[in-house]
Amino acid sequence: MAAGAASGGSARADTYKDARGWLLLPSWAVLGIFVLGPVCMMLIYSFLTKEFRGGVIWEFSLSAYDQFFFDRGLFGDEPAKLEWTYITIFWRSIWQAGAATLLSLVIGFPTAYFIATRPEHVRPVWVFLITIPYWVNLLIRTVSMKFLLRDQGPLNDFLIGTGLIDSPIHIVNTNFAVQLGLFYSYLPFMVLPVYAAVERYNFSLSEAAADLYASKWTTLRRIVLPAVKPGVVAGCILVFVPSMGSFLAPDLLGGAKNFMIGSLIEEQFKGNAGNWPFGAAASMVLLTMVLIILMFSARQQAKADTAGS
Amino acid sequence: MPGNTTNAIDVRNAVKRYGDFTALKRISLTIEDNEFFTLLGPSGCGKTTLLRMIAGFEDVTEGEILLFGEAIAKLPPHQRPVNTVFQNYALFPHMTILENVAFGLEMRGKSKAEARTRAGEMLELVQLTQFAARKPSQLSGGQQQRVALARALAPQPKVLLLDEPLSALDLKLRKQMQLELKHLQRETGITFIFVTHDQEEALTMSDRIAVMSAGEMQQLGTPTEIYEQPRNMFVADFIGETNLLEVSVDQVMNGRATCHLGGGQALTCNSVEGIGTGAKVHMSVRPERLFMSDVPVEAESLKGRVAENIFVGTDISTLVDLAEGPQFIVRTSNSDRGNKRIFEPGSEIFVNMELGAGRLLMD
Repeated sequence: MAAGAASGGSARADTYKDARGWLLLPSWAVLGIFVLGPVCMMLIYSFLTKEFRGGVIWEFSLSAYDQFFFDRGLFGDEPAKLEWTYITIFWRSIWQAGAATLLSLVIGFPTAYFIATRPEHVRPVWVFLITIPYWVNLLIRTVSMKFLLRDQGPLNDFLIGTGLIDSPIHIVNTNFAVQLGLFYSYLPFMVLPVYAAVERYNFSLSEAAADLYASKWTTLRRIVLPAVKPGVVAGCILVFVPSMGSFLAPDLLGGAKNFMIGSLIEEQFKGNAGNWPFGAAASMVLLTMVLIILMFSARQQAKADTAGS
Repeated sequence: MPGNTTNAIDVRNAVKRYGDFTALKRISLTIEDNEFFTLLGPSGCGKTTLLRMIAGFEDVTEGEILLFGEAIAKLPPHQRPVNTVFQNYALFPHMTILENVAFGLEMRGKSKAEARTRAGEMLELVQLTQFAARKPSQLSGGQQQRVALARALAPQPKVLLLDEPLSALDLKLRKQMQLELKHLQRETGITFIFVTHDQEEALTMSDRIAVMSAGEMQQLGTPTEIYEQPRNMFVADFIGETNLLEVSVDQVMNGRATCHLGGGQALTCNSVEGIGTGAKVHMSVRPERLFMSDVPVEAESLKGRVAENIFVGTDISTLVDLAEGPQFIVRTSNSDRGNKRIFEPGSEIFVNMELGAGRLLMD
C-alpha cells in the first residue's frame, strides 16, 4: 500500500517534470524566432554580396567587413589602410552612449533614491509618474525635444527672458543635444532597476555608518553605493546598450556631423541606396562590441559576488 | 544642575511625538558614568525610541539630552560620541570583519594602518581574530553579534548603546553573552545602556533598571529593588512571577499595613508610600516566598486546595486554588525539599507567607 502510494507520487513528479519541459516551449520559441533567427540572418547576410538596388546576391564575400575596416582607395586597387570613417562613427557612438548613461545615472540615481525612501504607499505613484512620458511615441518625444532646445525654442526664450544669456545657446545639432535625447529616451531604464535595488537596501546600515561617525556623503559612497551596485550596473547596461544602436536621437537632434552607428546601419536598409551586407556587418560589429561589454561587466559582478559570499 | 559632568546621560523631560501619537511622555532620568543601565519594558513601551533619541536617529520633540553635561539633542548621529550595537547587527556586508571593526576608527580620522591595528585588538578582545578576513555572511549569529560589539567599542565611545542585541541568539548563547557583556562593561569602564524586553536578562546584567510601559517610566532602581519592592501593579506583574490578592487597607503604620480580604481574613504586609487607610488595592507576593503546610503555620495563612504540581527542573511550581481568592503559584526549590513539603493534587492545605513577603501595590 505504502509502496503504491510512493510510486504514485513519483509518477506525479515525472508528470510535473514533463509539464515543465512543455512550459518552456514558448520561451524557446520566442528566443528562437525573435533573437537567434534574426541574428543568424544578419550573420549570414553580412557574408554575402550586395545587390545594387538593395537586397543580396547569394554569393560568399568578405567585402562588407573589408569595407568597414579597410580603405583600399576609390577603385579598390590600393594597398589596404585602416578605414577610420566607420571606426570614428563607432567610437563616437560609444562616447555618446557613455555620456548619456552617465547623465542618466547622475539624474536617475537621486530620483530612484528619492522614490525608494518615500512611504511605501506613495512609491508606486512616483514610479508611475516617471513612466508617464513614455506612453508617448519616441519619435514624437524626440521631435518635441528638438522643439524645446532649438535656438528660438522655449528654453532659450526663457533663458534670454530671465536675462541669464543675451543670445540663444546652440544646443540642437551638437553632441550634447544627442546625449540629452538619449538620456531622455532611456531614463526609466536607469531609474527602475536602481529603485528596485535601493528599495531592498537595509537602511539600518546607513544608521550604523552614521553611528560610526560617517557623514552622509561618506555613507553614500562607502555603504549605500556598494550595496546597490547590481542595480546601478543593470541600469547602466539598459541605458548604454540601446543608446549605442539608437538612430532617432542622433538623426533628429545631432544632424549630419553627429552620425552614430545606429544611423549608419539604418541608412544601409533604407530605399535603394543601401548596402545590406554592409549594414549587417556593421550590426555584427555592434553586437560583438556590446557582448564584450556585457561579458566584462558580468565577470566583474561575479568576481564581486564570490568575494562577498 | 548645569555643569554637573559626572553623569554620563541626563535625560530631561524628554517627549517624543509622532503626529498625534506620544511615544515618550516626559521622561527624565540620569545615568551615571560606568553604569550598566537597562531600559526594560514590553514592545512599544518607548525604550527603543529613547535609545534612538540618545543615538541621534530620532529627534527630540521636547526636552533635553545631556551627554557628560553637554546638550546633544541637536547634534546629528555622526557627531555624537556614542556608538550603537544594533538589534540586527547591521554589519556592512561588503566589508570584511576587520574592515567593519576599523570603519568607525577610520571615520574618526585614524590612519588606515592604525585603525586596522586597533581593530585587530578589538577582535582579539571578542575572540574572533581568526575570522578577520571573512565577510559577515560567513559568520554565525553569535559571532556576528560579537563583531557588532567590537565595531561599536572600537572607537572608544563615551556611552555604548545596545538595542536588544541578544534577542536573535538561542538561550544558551544568550546566557553566555550576558556574562561576556557584563565583564566587557567592567573591563572597559564604558557606560552601557541596554534595551531589552527580557526581565531576566535585565536582572542578571544591570546595575540599575528603568522599567517602562506605554511611554512612561514605571520604576527606576537596582535589580533587587525592582524585584523585591515593585512600586506598582505593572512592575510586579512584568518582573518575574507574582501572586496578586485584592485587599482593603485597615491601617498603615511604619511601612506595615494591616488589611483584610473580601471574606474578612486579616493580613499584614509591607505598604508603599501613597496608600492610606480604606484603600482597595492589590497585594503581591512572590511564589518563592510562600510555603505549604497541612496546618496553619504563620499568622498569614490562606486556606486552599492543590490543583497541580508542575516540575520545572530546579523548582516545583504548585498551583493552589485558594478558598478565598484566585489561584496562587507556590514555588518550592528542589534543594529545599527537606524543609518544605509538596502535597498531592486534591490535598486541602494552607499557603503560608513569610513575614514581610507580601507587599501592597499602587494600581
